[in-house]
Amino acid sequence: MNNMTPATSETSAALDAALVGFVGRTLLPRTRAQDPVNLPMIRHWVEAMGDTNPIHTDEGAALATGRSGLVAPATMAQAWTMRGYAAHRRRIAGDLPADSEEQRLTTLLASVGYTAIVATDSEFEFVRELVVGDHLSVEEVIESISAEKVTALGTGRFLRTVRTYTNQDGEVVARQRWTTLRFRPKVREPELAPRPRPALNEDNAWWFDAAREHRLLVQRCADCGTLRHPPGPCCPHCQSFTWDTVEASGRGTVYSYTVAHHPRHPAFDYPLLIGVIALEEGTRLIANILVDAAGAEPDAVGDYVHVDAPVALEWLDLDDELTLPAFRVVTEEKH
Amino acid sequence: MSWRAVIAGIGATEFSKSSGRSELQLACEAVVAALADAGLTPADVDGLVTFVKDSNPEIEVARSTGMGELSFFSRIGYGGGAGCGTIQQAMLAVEHGVAAVVVCYRAFNERSGVRFGLGHADQPMSATAERAAYSWLTPYGLNTPAQEVALFARRYMHEYGATSEDFGRVAVVDRRHAATNPKAWFYGRPITLEEHQASRWIAEPLHLLDCCQETDGGQAIVVVAEDRVADLPHIPVRILGAAQGSGADQHLMTSYYRSEITGIPEMGLVGRQLYAQSGLRPDDIDAAIIYDHFTPLVLPQLEELGFCGRGEAAGFIADGNLELDGRLPMNTHGGQLGEAYLHGMNGIAEAVRLVRGTSVNQPASVERVLVTAGTAVPTSGLILGA
Ligand SMILES: [Zn+2]
Repeated sequence: MNNMTPATSETSAALDAALVGFVGRTLLPRTRAQDPVNLPMIRHWVEAMGDTNPIHTDEGAALATGRSGLVAPATMAQAWTMRGYAAHRRRIAGDLPADSEEQRLTTLLASVGYTAIVATDSEFEFVRELVVGDHLSVEEVIESISAEKVTALGTGRFLRTVRTYTNQDGEVVARQRWTTLRFRPKVREPELAPRPRPALNEDNAWWFDAAREHRLLVQRCADCGTLRHPPGPCCPHCQSFTWDTVEASGRGTVYSYTVAHHPRHPAFDYPLLIGVIALEEGTRLIANILVDAAGAEPDAVGDYVHVDAPVALEWLDLDDELTLPAFRVVTEEKH
Repeated sequence: MSWRAVIAGIGATEFSKSSGRSELQLACEAVVAALADAGLTPADVDGLVTFVKDSNPEIEVARSTGMGELSFFSRIGYGGGAGCGTIQQAMLAVEHGVAAVVVCYRAFNERSGVRFGLGHADQPMSATAERAAYSWLTPYGLNTPAQEVALFARRYMHEYGATSEDFGRVAVVDRRHAATNPKAWFYGRPITLEEHQASRWIAEPLHLLDCCQETDGGQAIVVVAEDRVADLPHIPVRILGAAQGSGADQHLMTSYYRSEITGIPEMGLVGRQLYAQSGLRPDDIDAAIIYDHFTPLVLPQLEELGFCGRGEAAGFIADGNLELDGRLPMNTHGGQLGEAYLHGMNGIAEAVRLVRGTSVNQPASVERVLVTAGTAVPTSGLILGA
C-alpha cells in the first residue's frame, strides 16, 4: 500500500504559478572553487574510480599525447567546486542567506511538504580539458520545474538546473544539466509484527514444511486418491489413514474474497485482501490475494479482484520460520 | 406433538457496554431473576446448562445462588451455535426425568472484557485439533468473525445477485424494532438504509452496521416439567421443537470447502428436525428470532428454514415480510444488532415473551415462534408455542 497524499488541485495550481517565476533565475551566483585543479585530488579520484589513463598522473604520458601537461578527468568538473559533506549539511540546514534564490525556493517547496531532495540525473557537456593550475568557478541557473509527479519515493517535482563551469579566464569548461527531485517523503511504513504462527501438529506440519520449500501440496488419499484440504489424518471417503501428496500447479480462481479493514492486527498491512482460492486441482484454500494496484487509493484494492478472477501462486517468505502461499490476480485484458 | 418440558421463566441483567461487575455476578443475577419470573427459588433447581465458552462454572453459580444438589449439568460447544441447544439439553433432561427444574444461562462481559470481535489471532498456541484449525486462517490475517462471514457473503452476492443494501435491510428492521424496546442498547436510535450504506467498512462487503454489537450482560431461562405448570405465574411456553445441527464438512466459521457455500446446511438440518418434531410447516410460524451476529447470514437462514426459496431472501425481506405487520415479524426485540449480543439467549427470551403476548413490539397474533442460534458454526433451533 502507498500512503501518498497528492496536493489538492488548488494548492498545486498556486504552487505552479509561484514556481514558474523561478525559471531562468540564478540559483547559485558564480562561486569560485576553494582550490585550483591539483594533482593530489586527481590522484585520489583516479584511484577511487580505478581510472588508469596515464594522462592524469604521468606527465610524460600526457605530453606524449600532445597535451601541455597533466589533465584532470573531465567528470571531475563538479568535484572541484563541491564543498565537503559537513559544509554542505550546514548550508542546507539554514546557512543560506535569507535573501538568496535558493533559500526562497527551498522555503516555498518546504511549505507544501517537499522537504526531501534526491539527485536523479546529471548530463555533462565538456568543452575544454582542465589542466593542473586551472581555477574553476560555477554558476547554476534554473532551467525548468516540472508539474507534480508521483514517484516511488514520494510526490514531488523535478527541478532541472544548468551549471556552467568556467576557468580563471572566464572560458566555459563544462556545462552540466542537473536534475533533482524535490519531494514530500512517503510516510515510512511501520515495521510489521511477525504474523501469527500456525499451530503445528502431526496432521499439518508437513504442509508448512513444504511451503518453506515453495511447494504447495495437497493431501491425497493413498487408497482412493481423493484430494483433501485442509489436511487431516483420515480420508472421509474411504477411512484410509494412508496418504501422500500432490504438488499443486499454483493456478486457480478466486472463489470468494474479503477486504479486511477493521480491526487491524499489527502483523498485516490494511486494507488486507483475503480469499478462498479454488485450485485447478479441485481443492480450495484460504490465502492472501495480491493485486497490481500501483498508484491506486489503498481503499480501492477491492476493485482489482472479483469472484472467479484467475490467480497464480506466489510465495511470501515472511520470516525464517514462516512461508505462505499467496495468489496474484492475473491481469486480464483491459476493458 | 409437544414435549413434557416447558419454559417457565426468563430473566436478564441490563444490557450494557461496561457492567462494572464480574461475569459470575451477571450469571447469578440472571439466574435469580429467571427463577423469580418462574415463581421458583434456587433451591428448586436440580439442573444447569450453559455454553462451553461461558466462564461461569455450574458449581460456582449453584453455590453462589444457594442451589443445593444438582443431578444434571451440561455444556454445549461452538460459541453462539449453542443457544437453542441449551434449551434442548434442559428439555431432554426433564423429559427423561433426570432433572425437574433446569436453568440455562449465559453471562459475559463481552464488551468490557474479552471482545470476540477483535479476533483470535493472538490466542495461545497448542497442537490440539481445535487450535490447529486456526493454522489455515490466522497466518493470513483471517482473524475475526466479521471477516469469516464476509467470505460467505461475497459468494452469496456473486451467485444470487444480492447487494449490500439487501444485507442492510436486515439491520434496518432490527434497529427499527430496537428503537421501541426500552431494554435495547439502541432504544430510540433507528437507522436508515442510507446510514447503513454510509457506515465504514469492517470487512468488505460488511459495513459496520452489518455487525452486531458487543455487550456485557447475562440471560437465563428456566425449563421445568409440565406437571409443575399449575404453580407458575405465567402461561407455560411449550417447546414444540428443539434441535441441533452440524452439517457435512463442518468447520468453525470457515466451512468454505463444501461444493456450495451460499446455504447453511446445518441450519437446514435444524429446520427439518424442528418441522418434523412439531408437525408444523414454515407457513405455520408466526414470528421468528433469526440469529443476526452479521446481517448476511440472516438471508440463507430464511431460505434454509423454508420461509422463501433459495436466493429469494433479498426479495422476501425487501417486500416487508420481516416487519411487525409482515408475514414473519423478525427480531421484535431488536436482535443482536439492536437489543444486545447475548449469544442469542436474549432472542430465546424474546420468543418466550412473544408466546406470552408480552413483547414490547407484540405483533397482532403470534402462536408459534421459531428461534435460531449462531450460524457458520454447529447450530441449534427451537419452535416455541402456547
Ligand atoms: Zn480415501
